[in-house]
Amino acid sequence: METFIQQLINGLTLGSIYALVALGYTMVYGILGLINFAHGEVVMIGALTALAVVKPLVGVLPGPLVALIGLVVAALVCMVLGFIIERVAYRPLRNAPRLAPLITAIGVSIVLQQLAMIIWGRNYHPVPDLLPSAAHEIFGAQINDLQILIMVTAALTMAGLMLLVNQTRLGRAMRATSENQSIAALMGVDANRIISLTFVIGSALAALAGFLVSANYGVAHYSMGSLLGMKAFTAAVLGGIGNLGGAMLGGVLLGVIEALGAGYIGDLTGGVFGSNYQDVFAFFVLIIVLVFRPSGLMGEKVSERA
Amino acid sequence: MNHLVKVLFLSAMLVLSACSKKEDTPAQNPATQPLIVKIGQASPLTGPQAAIGKDNENGARLAIEDANAAKIKIDGRDVQFELMSEDDQADPKQGTLVAQKFVDARVNAVIGHLNSGTSIPASKIYSDAGIAQVSPSATAIEYTHQNFKTTFRVMANDGQQGKALAQFAAGTLKVRTAAVIDDKTSYGQGLAGEFSKTAAASGIKIVAEEHTDDKSFDFSAILTKIKATKPDIVFYGGMYPQAGPMVSQMKKLGIPAKLLTGDGGCAVEFLNLAGDAAEGHYCSLPGVPLDKMPGGKKFEEHFKARFNVGIQQYAPNAYDAVMVVVEAIKRANSADPARIVAELPKTNYVGVTSSALAFDENGDIKDISVTIYQYTGGGKKAVETIGAAPAAAAAIAEPAKPSGPY
Repeated sequence: METFIQQLINGLTLGSIYALVALGYTMVYGILGLINFAHGEVVMIGALTALAVVKPLVGVLPGPLVALIGLVVAALVCMVLGFIIERVAYRPLRNAPRLAPLITAIGVSIVLQQLAMIIWGRNYHPVPDLLPSAAHEIFGAQINDLQILIMVTAALTMAGLMLLVNQTRLGRAMRATSENQSIAALMGVDANRIISLTFVIGSALAALAGFLVSANYGVAHYSMGSLLGMKAFTAAVLGGIGNLGGAMLGGVLLGVIEALGAGYIGDLTGGVFGSNYQDVFAFFVLIIVLVFRPSGLMGEKVSERA
Repeated sequence: MNHLVKVLFLSAMLVLSACSKKEDTPAQNPATQPLIVKIGQASPLTGPQAAIGKDNENGARLAIEDANAAKIKIDGRDVQFELMSEDDQADPKQGTLVAQKFVDARVNAVIGHLNSGTSIPASKIYSDAGIAQVSPSATAIEYTHQNFKTTFRVMANDGQQGKALAQFAAGTLKVRTAAVIDDKTSYGQGLAGEFSKTAAASGIKIVAEEHTDDKSFDFSAILTKIKATKPDIVFYGGMYPQAGPMVSQMKKLGIPAKLLTGDGGCAVEFLNLAGDAAEGHYCSLPGVPLDKMPGGKKFEEHFKARFNVGIQQYAPNAYDAVMVVVEAIKRANSADPARIVAELPKTNYVGVTSSALAFDENGDIKDISVTIYQYTGGGKKAVETIGAAPAAAAAIAEPAKPSGPY
């Protein structure tokens, strides 16, 4: 039981991070119908920028304040980056065939990764402990403050985003743009501005996720974004891409499935499969879900886009 | 302009080398001309591993100079050893190009390569050409297990290292149970597999076998599973980018067991990544620390005096690799590559790194030594050396054994 709860905590922590990244994928997809494959790299840039800002400040100022400064700077850098990516790589291709922006997305992702390698080198960077990480025991399992912080942050971000999209003027404009760009424009919505804003918000979330993931696992690296991006993209598809709640659900589910898969697959199969099938297990679940619900768990049937 | 100078210089070198080749032809004047014996040396001399690559080159160069100073004769003729050092950039493709270059240049034997990744693809070329290859530092088991007669190494391989780690766990730490993790790479699996085999044979119960990969950063799921099995020790077959965060996560999860890992986790970066969590964990490096090598201290002084830099890593091994070849040439009374290959398995040499350098049927060294280190107080200190033959005893017991200046 104790092990089960511990695995659940592990899964929820990882899942919350997946969810934060998945939100970025799903927001862009919802509005543009485009998979922004460079999103994972934005997460990485966020983590490494925060680290670069934090390093000289450690010990000078109190830990949580340093962390906050790092996070804010990282978020600003990533917001600018997201804005530039959209402007340079996607906007000129908005009316091009679907394949073209997909290719530029991959291109941007390679450029960002190489750039990070040049700036920060190939080394794995240790991330200082800035946030409180005192361990607590619940039902015999260990949970620390940082893990709680990650889960709460993810949940609050989700709630905030829901409010933004469903309750505000900006949200209404976003929804309108997502329905039909040209009609929305006719109704007085500046579609370009809305799309830029979507990228900027998504990138800020990416910075947040990058900051949290590097703080929790204590390490940052120039190639950390690709695997994380891949998993988050999977999570977005699992939950129903284009749907905010779906991204959240998909992320948390994927994290929990991975943790429980790694923990129990060996026992379930009598030792035939071990924890090396952790990823296989997660993708197997994805396939099953997609067979029965092709648009994901919470995705609605998408009508043909104009 | 710069370019032109380079081209001119290179062509001048070419002409020169062409001339010297002509002079070398032994048929011309066998009695007075020294016999030229070319030893190839391949290691990364550029790129991130350039420092240890240059170190290997220096070690080999020192050995060549010492061999020349010893005025060895073959059939009454003076022998002059020449070093031909090439940059393989630690890249398998470049490694095979360098190998082909050595074969074309008709080297008598090759010292190298530094990495397993370059030694293995290059070994096919040397084997086809019948040239002996003695690697100072390649540790992948596969290197000497391809049924080539030409592959040798003067360092414990990953299998032998895994075995030594298990002996340490059973003998010194006296653990009863162990959890084993590997990173699914051939290095990690090889190390972990050999550890498990020997550990099980020494009565250690393997309570969990888990796997991660060499890009992973989250080990909480497998560590949680391991925690439930309450192992005395956790063994990891993999590299420091995973081993470092792994021990931090072990600490966070409240796993009291220590981590035991091989040379992949024995880098300074491990300390940076693990931070406070590094305290008390173990790792191993093949060979013995320099100050414990039979000829370590003298070699270090000699090396420093010659190159004016300190030893980086494998220079003593590169030195011994050359000397083993020189000894084989002496015994065979010939520098013919085929004779060297035939003579190397009979090696029994007192070197810098070991007082009893001998090869087994695969070309691996017989008397392996692996040193276990423990991370403590922000550094690592040698705890125990497994399998080292005591230097003095061996030298006294077998005075007839050929030995170098150390």
